[in-house]
Amino acid sequence: MSLADCRPWPRHLLDPARWAALAADESLALLSLWAEPGLVHAAFLAEAEGSLLLASCPAPEGRYPALSPVRPGAVPFERMIRDLWGLTAEGAADLRPWLDHGRWGVIGPLSGRPEQSMLPPPQPEFLAVEGEGLHQIPLGPIHGGATEPAHFRLHVQGERVARLEARLGYAHRGVIGLMLGKSPRSAARFAARIAGDSTVAHAWAFAMAAEAATELTPPPRALVLRAVMAELERIHNHLKAWGAICAAAGFAWPHSRCAVLREGVLRACATAFRHRLMMDLVVPGGVSGDIAPAGPAAILAALEAVAAEIPELAGVCEAHAGLQDRIAGTGVVSAELAARFAAGGPVGRASGRGFDARRLPGHAPYDGLDPVVPVLAQGDVGARLRIRISELRESIRLVPALLARLPEGELRLSLPPRAGEGVGMVEGFRGECLHWMALDDGGLIRAAFPRDPSWLQYPVLEAAMQGGAVADFPLCEASFGCSPAGVDL
Amino acid sequence: MLGPKLARALLRRSPAEPAPPVPENVVQALAERLEAAAQRRLGRSLAIRQVNAGSCNGCELEVGALADPIHDLERFGLRFVASPRHADVLLVTGPLSRNMREALERAWACTPDPKWIVAAGDCAVDGGVFRGSYAVEGGITQALPVDLVIPGCPPTPMQLLEGLLALLEAQQQPAALRRR
Repeated sequence: MSLADCRPWPRHLLDPARWAALAADESLALLSLWAEPGLVHAAFLAEAEGSLLLASCPAPEGRYPALSPVRPGAVPFERMIRDLWGLTAEGAADLRPWLDHGRWGVIGPLSGRPEQSMLPPPQPEFLAVEGEGLHQIPLGPIHGGATEPAHFRLHVQGERVARLEARLGYAHRGVIGLMLGKSPRSAARFAARIAGDSTVAHAWAFAMAAEAATELTPPPRALVLRAVMAELERIHNHLKAWGAICAAAGFAWPHSRCAVLREGVLRACATAFRHRLMMDLVVPGGVSGDIAPAGPAAILAALEAVAAEIPELAGVCEAHAGLQDRIAGTGVVSAELAARFAAGGPVGRASGRGFDARRLPGHAPYDGLDPVVPVLAQGDVGARLRIRISELRESIRLVPALLARLPEGELRLSLPPRAGEGVGMVEGFRGECLHWMALDDGGLIRAAFPRDPSWLQYPVLEAAMQGGAVADFPLCEASFGCSPAGVDL
Repeated sequence: MLGPKLARALLRRSPAEPAPPVPENVVQALAERLEAAAQRRLGRSLAIRQVNAGSCNGCELEVGALADPIHDLERFGLRFVASPRHADVLLVTGPLSRNMREALERAWACTPDPKWIVAAGDCAVDGGVFRGSYAVEGGITQALPVDLVIPGCPPTPMQLLEGLLALLEAQQQPAALRRR
């Protein structure tokens, strides 16, 4: 075993036997699995300490030992690695294509030697379900309303869902391929567009990885501004999700009020940071622009309006029998299931898994702010809604505290053009965004992998729908709030 | 109790904001296209079907905001419909990923005439930052005839509204003016 100089956690180079042994260690949660030509990487979380354990296994002749037989969460990653890098997991539980729909004109686009392919796209295969009176409901990739493209295949017995299967890849844009060979500064715009609703969290995790790789500490003012933006992003997305859950349950009034409050927050973001979603503001080395002089006042006013209305909105939602009837006991995720897939964000926290990257491993500028992380045990749609409301309240507390301690000083330092390898993890509204990157001697990106929290939540959504009613699917989906774009890359 | 709150909400002034001004040159250009594209008048109403052709979901956030009480799309006769079969306009976002091309073409094929395509967002215009990737076609024009582009990354709800109102205005222009 040898060590690669990855920061802040080293990466262990393992032989296949040790790789398999590590995967079987139950004290570790699998957070991510990815590759570069000839090599497969995994990121595990030691949950008790909150530290990452990075491991790599060589893939000679394009094959490496599968983790999916002991780690069900590895399944989508192994399928993706085969699609993008052409490396096959030996003994894998599932090797159907995932992101590759046979329409790119190339096979293994990141494998270093992609092959041209002129074959017609194959018909997708879905997992078989056996039983009496089964039929299938195909949903998507185009859905009603302004949503993301994804296909859901519901195998249904009467009104009950026998199996839900998600098929993603429709929004595959080739993000990793575009990042390769560019400097972190110029590749940041791709990180900012992995999932538009998490643009701050992804850009920050990407910048954190680049800064770790080049051993650069960004200026304190930039760090606090990043956190202000990340909390504002959490606020506007949780407001949106709150409204969406109520709308999916057929309760329009909270949906409408949340939309008005959210618009107020977005306008304050535009005043403060010149962009409603705060896109391209977080860059490797710091932030690309300062907060406008009128920004803090606009943000505080918008948050005050939200804070003033939350008690009434939350009270109505708690007391409304029709809403409670729909959300209580619906789409239950057991604590065991959440832990097995290491589901993060509100999905994990509503099912007893209290992981939050702001607390553990923790990073600047959250030290001293002590963000409160709510955890519930019920694991149903109602619990996921309550977690979001609690997080919303906590973020409304954090933003003024951050603004009050905003230091003067520089906004951005330039990254030294040098080799290095780094990891960054930032808690977005959906869960932890985990970015890894390796830079070559000229400081250009040799390999990278951005992992959205949705990777670990889709399998949980599929499991939560099993045995549920077909009509509960939109509600369940809204309460999870997974992003296909984040997974599709 | 929800009742009194609802009653108060009914009495409150509407949060809807006035519509953005529509630039005359955009209307004129659209009017000429409409003349070529369709003879039949639709009346002052457009049914819109949003299709995500591989966007990062940033555009969807802003398109979704059009329906909120502040922008209140429906007061202009614009509304989102759930099926392309009910639509006059496909509002398409994203760089047109290769994996979405067939789905978009199928949605267009089952949209009844007369129909328009609006490409919203920088990606939909020419692929945006994703242009040149193996996985994208590089803009909606690669597959379908685009009638109106609304640039921006993402375009704000006001910019989207401005573009859609321009489509409505263009329909309203008499044929003689449109031919000019």
